[in-house]
Amino acid sequence: MYRYDEFDHTLVAERVATFRRQVARRLTGDLTEDQFKPLRLMNGLYLQLHAYMLRVNIPYGCLSSRQLRQLAFIARRYDRNFGHFTTRQNIQYNWIKLDETPDVLAALAAVEMNAMQSSGNCVRNITADQFAGRAQDEIEDPRPWCELIRQWSILHPEFSYLPRKFKIAVSGAPQDRAAVKLHDVGLYLRPNAAGVIGFEVIVGGGQGRLPYVGHTIREWLAKEDLLSYLEAILRIYNLGGRRDNLQKARIKVQVNALGAEEFRRLVDEEWEQIRFTPQLAVPRAEIERITAYFADPAWEQIPDAAALVAAQRSADPAFEVWNRANVVAHRTPGYAIVNLSLKAPGIAPGDLTADQMDKVAELADRFSLGELRVSHRQNLVFPDVRQVDLQALWQDLQSLSLATPNIGSLTDIIACPGLDFCALANARAIPVAQDIGRHFTDVAALQDIGELTINISGCMNACGHHHVGHIGILGVEKNGLEFYQLTLGGSSGEDASLGDRLGRSISAAEVPVAIEAIVTRYKALREGDERFLDTYRRVGLEPFKEAVYGKTPQRRPAVA
Amino acid sequence: MGLIREGRLVPDPFTDASGLERLPDGVPLIVSLEQWQTQRSGLLASGQRLGLRLKSDQPPRLVAADLGHFSVIALEFPKYRDGRAYTHARMLRERFKFAGEIRAVGDVLQEQLHFMHRCGFDTFDVAGPDPEKAWRTIAGDHTVAYQATGDGQPRALDLRKGTGP
Repeated sequence: MYRYDEFDHTLVAERVATFRRQVARRLTGDLTEDQFKPLRLMNGLYLQLHAYMLRVNIPYGCLSSRQLRQLAFIARRYDRNFGHFTTRQNIQYNWIKLDETPDVLAALAAVEMNAMQSSGNCVRNITADQFAGRAQDEIEDPRPWCELIRQWSILHPEFSYLPRKFKIAVSGAPQDRAAVKLHDVGLYLRPNAAGVIGFEVIVGGGQGRLPYVGHTIREWLAKEDLLSYLEAILRIYNLGGRRDNLQKARIKVQVNALGAEEFRRLVDEEWEQIRFTPQLAVPRAEIERITAYFADPAWEQIPDAAALVAAQRSADPAFEVWNRANVVAHRTPGYAIVNLSLKAPGIAPGDLTADQMDKVAELADRFSLGELRVSHRQNLVFPDVRQVDLQALWQDLQSLSLATPNIGSLTDIIACPGLDFCALANARAIPVAQDIGRHFTDVAALQDIGELTINISGCMNACGHHHVGHIGILGVEKNGLEFYQLTLGGSSGEDASLGDRLGRSISAAEVPVAIEAIVTRYKALREGDERFLDTYRRVGLEPFKEAVYGKTPQRRPAVA
Repeated sequence: MGLIREGRLVPDPFTDASGLERLPDGVPLIVSLEQWQTQRSGLLASGQRLGLRLKSDQPPRLVAADLGHFSVIALEFPKYRDGRAYTHARMLRERFKFAGEIRAVGDVLQEQLHFMHRCGFDTFDVAGPDPEKAWRTIAGDHTVAYQATGDGQPRALDLRKGTGP
């Protein structure tokens, strides 16, 4: 993992000191709430429905056991004994007190973490594939580049007051696990025709009220040009992004208004002016320095243990089911990647208690070389588990309720905090996820359904990524009541697409029933081991519409 | 109204005439882009020092060829949230090599001064009762920079010289 050096430590410590002063000015009334707002947002502090919420960065999803213990300490000391992992590799605390925030930031700084730019109209946390450095299909590890971008973006004097927030994701594998095409800027590490690895640059993806899949504006960019090209994109956006309408201020609106070609032309024109300036050069020594932090850990030279695991699996059906759902092949013999599901039945997706955090940290030390990852699907990952340890780890995870065998299945739900916490929400999201989790508990049935993602957002801002769920669920408010609009066919992968509206919205109680109907129809229609998404793409909306609403004309929605 | 330069309140020899219908005679003036475009010859003939006030949607490239006529370019922040002038200042300094005064005007708040300074602003029309105190308060906030913005402060990554884990 990356470690702060003296410069990084100083920068974060100064930031904490500055914010301490700003909070003091707010508490004495020297700053009004309106003046204070941009300052707290730049430090990750939101004012929510009931209290302040602090959003902490987990850069590109990498976390050490030591850091997780500190997150547990913060949850206990400053919050209500839990934290919530988000879709952008952040952790949120929902009950933070304003006057204690500087102490929380200092506690984070002590373990080389921060909440800088986790909100506000600036470059947000850089996100990446949670299997970076471990995945078998990886072309190149994205983490050193994420760290380079992180540093370039932090406290950028020119780009701290953008028209709107700006999210960057990086993947180094052909299978996209980081929703790269749904970001303001998405980067894929790719070889060019000569076999030299560079970046495919995608711009203008995003969700919210106006969802778009991003456009590729450069098929291949040399690595040494990364910062100058990003600076050119940000500059075109800073100058040309709309500032008159908050809903239209993201770069996706600018890109789609100009057209991707014209946007690319503007970026290239700017880039030509700055690409050779020394201010934006990427010194080889610096990228080598950063890359050295992501060197392979001290893996043991051990043989592949697939035969042992296969025997254990056939002896224990529950272990078999967990392996199939939650264990992923590792690029090194004798090791496996393990997903920890934060989606046990009845649990708010992404929540982890302080006690669970401490125990997970302990397990990470015992079983995963002290390191873990956070995924954009709101789960945790142990990246370096010896295959011979899988069964012991599984047993320990079961006792923590973190072994639900549902990764990628329909109970591995992404959900935003919704009306339970969020001031913007129209409807609750967490209880709907909990209901679905309770409705579909049969493990064998879930595995038969296979890969099927459900994403739930409590409002049009789409923090639960409903547009790109294979099944999306959007909370809407009608006459003071909560209803839910279903969409089908979304994907956040390399085959990214936006879901299509199924029909009229339904009540919360009807949601699990509707999903059951969709799943039943899918199982009747699928060919071979076709995924739900592929069946949907083949047969379209109509069969599912009929399954949910029947053949009769649509009736008025039932009152919830 | 206080104009801060290098942490000190300094007198402002310029009259901001950008909002005036009739331009005053015999004093150094800051004019709007429209005034400059319509009254250019008269302004040049006056022999007075000139400044230009640009709104946040008026990029400096519009006047790139005329920059030699101005001692001051005042860049406007209509709201502190409008960050376009940060880019404009860098363009003036780094691309157009403007060596005169770049002044921050409009909604200029204490907590934004550091970024403005790093982007090339050198004078600040700061809101509040004690602009010198505002400057002193933020002066030590950030000693490390991850970016080079033309102000000469080296990037952390250039200071490191490749020392690793």
